[in-house]
Parts: sequence; C-alpha cells; structure tokens
Amino acid sequence: MKYLDEFRDSAKASILVREIEALVASMDIADDKPLNIMEVCGGHTHSIFRYGVEGMLPKQIELVHGPGCPVCVLPMGRVDDCVAIAEQSHVIFTTFGDAMRVPGSKKSLLQAKADGADVRMVYSPMDALAIARANPTREVVFFGLGFETTTPSTALTILQAENDGVTNFSVFCNHITIVPTIKAILDSPDLRLDGFLGPGHVSMVIGTAPYEFIARVYRKPMVVAGFEPLDILQSIWMVVRQIKEGRAEIENQYARVVPEDGNAPALRAVSRVYELREFFEWRGLGSIDHSGVRLRDEYARFDAERKFAIPNVRVADPQSCQCGEVLKGAIKPWQCKVFGSACTPETPLGALMVSSEGACAAYYQYGGVKHHEAAE
Amino acid sequence: MNVAPRIRTRTLGQVHVPTVTLSHGGGGKAMKDLIDDVFVRAFDSAVLAPLEDQARFDLSDLARHGDRLAFTTDSFVVDPLVFPGGDIGKLAVCGTVNDLAVGGARPLYLSCAVIVEEGVTIDLLRQIAGSMARTAAEAGVEIVTGDTKVVHRGACDKLFLTTTGIGVIREGVHLGVHLARDGDVVMVNGVLGDHGAAILCARGDMALATAIESDCAPLNGLIDALLAAAPGVRFLRDATRGGLATVLNEIAEASQVAIEIEERATPIREDVKAFCEILGLDPLYLANEGKIVVVAPPEEAEAALAALRRHPLGGCAAIVGRVHAGEPGRVTMRTVFGGRRIVDMLVGEQLPRIC
Repeated sequence: MKYLDEFRDSAKASILVREIEALVASMDIADDKPLNIMEVCGGHTHSIFRYGVEGMLPKQIELVHGPGCPVCVLPMGRVDDCVAIAEQSHVIFTTFGDAMRVPGSKKSLLQAKADGADVRMVYSPMDALAIARANPTREVVFFGLGFETTTPSTALTILQAENDGVTNFSVFCNHITIVPTIKAILDSPDLRLDGFLGPGHVSMVIGTAPYEFIARVYRKPMVVAGFEPLDILQSIWMVVRQIKEGRAEIENQYARVVPEDGNAPALRAVSRVYELREFFEWRGLGSIDHSGVRLRDEYARFDAERKFAIPNVRVADPQSCQCGEVLKGAIKPWQCKVFGSACTPETPLGALMVSSEGACAAYYQYGGVKHHEAAE
Repeated sequence: MNVAPRIRTRTLGQVHVPTVTLSHGGGGKAMKDLIDDVFVRAFDSAVLAPLEDQARFDLSDLARHGDRLAFTTDSFVVDPLVFPGGDIGKLAVCGTVNDLAVGGARPLYLSCAVIVEEGVTIDLLRQIAGSMARTAAEAGVEIVTGDTKVVHRGACDKLFLTTTGIGVIREGVHLGVHLARDGDVVMVNGVLGDHGAAILCARGDMALATAIESDCAPLNGLIDALLAAAPGVRFLRDATRGGLATVLNEIAEASQVAIEIEERATPIREDVKAFCEILGLDPLYLANEGKIVVVAPPEEAEAALAALRRHPLGGCAAIVGRVHAGEPGRVTMRTVFGGRRIVDMLVGEQLPRIC
C-alpha cells in the first residue's frame, strides 16, 4: 500500500536491527539488567506485537508497555456510570468500538446493550452528533474517551453542537492527559526505566515541549515515535544512542506528523471547552492529580455528568490484579499472578487485559514469541 | 429420477398485496399464495412442486454420487440483507453448499426455512428468492423443501434464513481437520477478507465509501477440480466467520501440529488492507464467503495450486504457509517486517480501535 509498505520494509528493518545490535554491543549492559524502554502509547504496543518487533531486538533491550491505552486505564466505576446513563430509556449511548467490552463492576456496555440499552458504536463524535440530530426526542450521549489524540475532536463536536443549537447531545467526558501520567510513573519508587518512546499522535496535538521535564528533571531520554514498525525500530535506536552518549533529550522521530509546537487550533478548542480536573482515577495506577479534563461551566449543558444522575461510586481494582506493576515496568505481563488464569481477554480482571492495545491482552492475543519460546 | 413428474399439477397462488402481514403466516390461503408466488415459482423444482410435507429421494439415485451422506445446516441473519456482491439469499445457498463441498461431498438438495418480520415487502422477498434460485442453479443444487413463518414487528430483523443441505461424499475421499502433518502445505483460493469488509462498509456505520464486494460464491465446482487434480488433499474448510486465522487454529489444535504463515504471501486486496488500517482491524480474522483453506501434502501442493488457479474462483490462489512440528496447536506468522507473532483465536468479535 502506498506510503505504508515503505514503512514496513524488512530489508531496512534488518539494517536498523544490526545498528541497534552494534550499539548495545558497544555498551556495557549486563544480561540480567537490560535497558528498559517504555512505549507510553497503546498504539505502539499494538504495532510492536502486530509486526513482531520485540522478537527482533537484542536481549539487552526490554520493551515495557506503558499506560497509554485509554480503554485499559478506565476505572470500573466510570464504566458503571456509563451503563447507568445508557440504561435510561430515553438515552442513545454512543461509543468507540473497543470501549464496548470494558468490564464495569456489574456489566460492560456490550452486556447493557444485550439487556436492552440503546448502545451504538460510532467512529467519530461527529457521528454521535448526527444521531442526535436524527433523533430529536432522545438524549444522545457520547462516551468521550482517550488522551489528547481524541480530546480535540470531542471539543470541536461540542462547539459544533453549540453552534447548531443541538440541545439533546452531551458528552460523558473521560478524556485524560498524558504528561501527569508519565510524571506519576517517573515518581514511582519501583521505577526501572531507562528511556521512553513518546506518543506520536498525542504529540501531534500537544507538540514536544511538554515533555522537556522528562529530560531536564528526570534525566531520561524520550523519542517521540511514529506507529509503523520502522518508526518504532528507528526510535528505539535513537533512545539507545542517547543512552550510550549519556544524553537525555526529547527527540522527534515522527517529524512528518508531529510539529514541535503541536496543533494550535486543536489546543484552542480543547482549552475553550475543557478545564483540568483536580484528579482523575486510573485503573491500575490509582488517582493521579490533574490527569483528566472536564467540561467548563459554560458548556455544562453538554456535560452528561451534570445532565444525568450518575452513581459516581469508586470501585476498587481487584486485589489479585498487578496491572500497576506491569504498567510501571516492575513486572512483565506473564509474571502477574492471574495472567492467563483468572484474567483472560474473555474475562478480564485487570485493565491491561481489556483492549488489544493493553499489554496483557497483546501478549495473550499476539503472544510475544520471544517470551513464549524463552518459557518453553 | 422418478420422484415426481416435471409437470405442474396445480395452479400456483398469487400475492396481490405489497407487504408481508401476519395473515401470511396464518396457514390459510394467504400463506399458500405467498409460498407459491414467491418461493415455489422461483425455485421451480420437481421435487418441491407437489408441496408434500417432505422432499423424497430415491436412495439408488443418491448412491450414484458416492458412498456416504453429508448433512449440514446454517442460519443467516446478515444485516444489511442486500450488500455489494450478494444478498442474504445468495449467502444462504453458498454457505450450505460450501459446508457440504468442503467435506468432499457433492451438494445435491437444500431446504430453505424463512422467518420474516411483518412489513417486509413482497418485492424484497421475490428478490431474495430469485437470488437463491440463481445461486442454486449455478451450484447445481435443488431447493426441495421449505418453511415460512411470519413474526411480529421487532421479533426478528426483517428476514432470517436457514438452509439445510444434503450431499453425497465421493468414494475414497476422506478429509479431516485432524489429518494435517508436518511438512504439509497450506493454501487459499484467493484474496481474504472481502466479505467481512464489504458487510462492515455496507452497514454504513463507518461512513467509508469503498468498492469492496463480498466474495460470496458456491465453491463446489472449484473443489471438484481440486480433488480431481490432488486426491491426497488432507483437509478443506471455508474460512467464514473468524477468517483464515480461526481455521488455522482449528487445524493446529485438532491435528496437534504447528502452522506458520507468511504475511507477504497472504493475498489481500489493497482496498481491504486500507479499510483494515483505518479501522484497526486484522484482515486475517475477517469473514470470507468464497474462500477455502486447503491443507495438501507437499508432493501434491503444486498440482493442487495449479488446479485452484485454473478455476475462475481460484485465480489468486496462493500458498500461505506450512505445517511444521513446533508446539502443537500454535499458529504463527512471519510478518512483512521480518518479525514473528502468534496468530491466536479471536475472543469475541473484532471492534474498531479508538485511535
């Protein structure tokens, strides 16, 4: 396919793998202390498994699959709130596809749909707005979910609804922000990370400046990376090169998409519609300060949290679940006590087993051939 | 064949209203008129025409085709009813014909059970029945018995079809999912994922305009040619729901072998690839309705591939992988990028990814 096959070229990949091998060979890396590089974004995790990137890397490099899967980190209590809204008879509840299966404490949206709720899958919040226009006697709620990649599209949809005078449309806002989350991971005492692959599409919106503290304060290298497998290999090579040279900088491998300053109109729409929450609850990581956004008072009429009575009950993660440790790179998915036994993609206990972008589900589904063979 | 004279002994009833109502399910004249006008007229079968409560066959007639009966059933609830490349009627005939054919059977007779929601137009029913009749003729099978039920609005989604089929397995043909061996070759008869992608597009939820058409087709002719050229073929299965990945996992599990496929060798249309890229779907799991997975011993691989490619429904046939003696039950793929990954069974249905 034009402009995709070029980024999946196996000949170029083997050149990059040899370069990476040569780099690590020239560094003094103990076998039991490999370089731990975290890909923050779930899209990267998906590509790494989809193309078998992990198995191509030398054993001195371990990839740690980070918290950047918005579906995975959604706490059960918020899913319960979704179900409570969706089950009101006058509501049409619209959502991205992969949020349908996320388990709440009692049921997922998929189960709520089976029980009679009008839950519809959409691919864009604008589709939800179109459903609202077509169903003026119903309340249409869009499940706003995701990092800065999807936040602007929800903001623009709300502005569009305001402009068009649509009154039966609202957003259940669960948009989250990546920077406080990376900071929370960096502040964690059991952290064992040597560098980061930065999220490509989040950075397309926010630019690269917000990451500067990672290099300056925490002295960790980060390379903002694209999502094709060659992007990922090149970015790993760039991170390793920084480590070898003793540098800690924010570099941009994905310059064909990510402008250093981000996307100004998107950022303006976001700050017009949203404000930071004091804190937001994450599955597996607990509460993180300023890590989520809510609608400003001026847009309260589009805020499903204010429009509907929602239970808003905090539900604790299952005790056996070690998602937090996996997210921070302290353990590997298969080292979790319940991986593949009590916790599977069919009956996920933990966040990371929920979406195909979650590290545990990716291991379970696509299987790190490397680790499977090591275990044999 | 002496089942019935090929002459109509009675006048067929006619429907004079535009839509199906509950009265068409009441067992009276309205029902008889609907069945006559829509189905009996379209299917035009000498076995069906007497409208007994059952179709009757001579055993000696069946026995001319082989030494074992094959018997299968499938229900069709596809939404939308009409989609690029086919409709629920074509699908219902192909699905059951193919389920018989992949067992090495010659498909001969089908039944057709119809559940229809009140309010469906007679024209739509005629269109579907006509499509079934054309597909049955193409496949060389007869639709010989049926049933029609009308249900209240909301009790079903417009139209559900169930087809059941009888075929006869050729002497000496013994295909089985447990028969794959180390060294066997895995092939498909063409591009993968067209049906799944066409249906997702046709639902309109994704607001993507594509020219992708369902590959829905009866495969018994192709399979005849394949088995004639490569009688040692171990196993055939149509890669319907769950796609190629699911069939490979079934083979690996049942035969206690490992299978490795080459992503580069897996034929997928460029627009299906693009569709999957946009939505975050994996084409290996998309449904096909005109594709079979073939496991052939290495010495017959070339003959099998050539036979597939000679047939109009196998022009893009390709060897996609091999059976090997790795961990039993494991399916892996060598990616275009040079990596390897496990290709597991899907847990539920594929859902488009958020970003």
